[in-house]
Amino acid sequence: MVWKDLLVERRSKETLNALFFFGLLLLFVFQFALGPDRERLAGTLPGLLWLGFILSGLLALGRTFVVERENDCWEGLLLAPGDKSAIYVGKLAGNLLLMLAIEAILLVLFGFFFNLDLANVLPGLAVVIALGTVALAAVGTLFAAMTAQVRARELLFPVLLLPVEAPVLLATVKATEAVLLGETLGSVAHWLKLLAAADVVYVAVGVLTFDFVLEA
Amino acid sequence: MRRLLGGVTLAGLVAGLVMGFAIAPREATQGNVQRIMYLHVPSVWVAYLAFGVVLVASVVYLMRRAEAADRLAHASAEVGVLFTGLTIATGSIWGKPTWGAWWTWDARLTSVSILFVMYLGYLLLRGMIEDRERGARFAAVLGIVAAFNVPLVHFSVYWWRTLHQPPSLMKPGPGTMPDIIVAALLVNFAAFTLLYVYFVTRRARVLRLEAEAEA
Repeated sequence: MVWKDLLVERRSKETLNALFFFGLLLLFVFQFALGPDRERLAGTLPGLLWLGFILSGLLALGRTFVVERENDCWEGLLLAPGDKSAIYVGKLAGNLLLMLAIEAILLVLFGFFFNLDLANVLPGLAVVIALGTVALAAVGTLFAAMTAQVRARELLFPVLLLPVEAPVLLATVKATEAVLLGETLGSVAHWLKLLAAADVVYVAVGVLTFDFVLEA
Repeated sequence: MRRLLGGVTLAGLVAGLVMGFAIAPREATQGNVQRIMYLHVPSVWVAYLAFGVVLVASVVYLMRRAEAADRLAHASAEVGVLFTGLTIATGSIWGKPTWGAWWTWDARLTSVSILFVMYLGYLLLRGMIEDRERGARFAAVLGIVAAFNVPLVHFSVYWWRTLHQPPSLMKPGPGTMPDIIVAALLVNFAAFTLLYVYFVTRRARVLRLEAEAEA
């Protein structure tokens, strides 16, 4: 499953290209909305970074199952032998890789435009981003499978996902802020533990309930 | 039976109001404003109770496929959203004279409002799916995710910031409230719980009749 999705993505590159462009546009929009004042931008940077991740994540995740519909592969998914949770794990892994790729690009763009010294904070930042992205993708993959089968899915998907991800957003922004200020990961250990707990809970619930989402 | 439940609930609510607004003493620092507590605290209790019932009913539905469990989850979510809204409204009215603002991003206000939007999304999802069986399945999955999210929301928001007065009930050590206030509060707790049961049973019955009429 992962292999198939990655192959499709590599061949077409459509999602990644479009999302790269979308990330660039987001940076422009943030800059225009807040003005050129560097001081003010620096304070809002962790929030902007995660806003960028979440907005591009919404677009990427929302497409997970829609492509299966568009390519008439939906029935194939439903009829696939074996455990449905394997499909969930496969889609989740694919989404995770896609999102991490987008986030890496966005991070470089942020570093470039906002004059960040990323090299020193990268290890800590990578931990925070990895933990937060798993939580985003786990719920996002589950909800995408549901909303793909509903009308007005483009509307419903973010409306369902954003409130559920509120604690993840709070935790990642606070942790990112601390890391960017040069604090150690130990000082935000409680946030990292919360993110780890969220990862475990979301993935477990996703694996257990995915069967019911993909019923014919 | 329904009539009886309705009557008892009404009597309980009247008794709770009389105790809270007439018999219980005026609070020394906040004055009469503090009396809104007798509505505010039981509302939030009912909201949490309702969302707990949504979780249990959702799990039962996915395991047994009992339509009654689905209707219970649906009715309970609606009542839960209503009481979450009441909690926010009464909290705002209480907050304006005591904190000087209708709204602050205080920890508990934030977590209750996240709960509010999460379960509004749940009702929205239900409203958008025509197929009854599929709607029930998806709503059950969302009901489970949302319930497991509650503790995460709680801790994240608590660490984020806090300004709310600490809860005066159910904390270890000697109570700080006179018995009469505790009694008035307990009467209101009981009355609100009865009101919840009354609303949910009525709403679940309407949902059943709707399903029968469609079939």
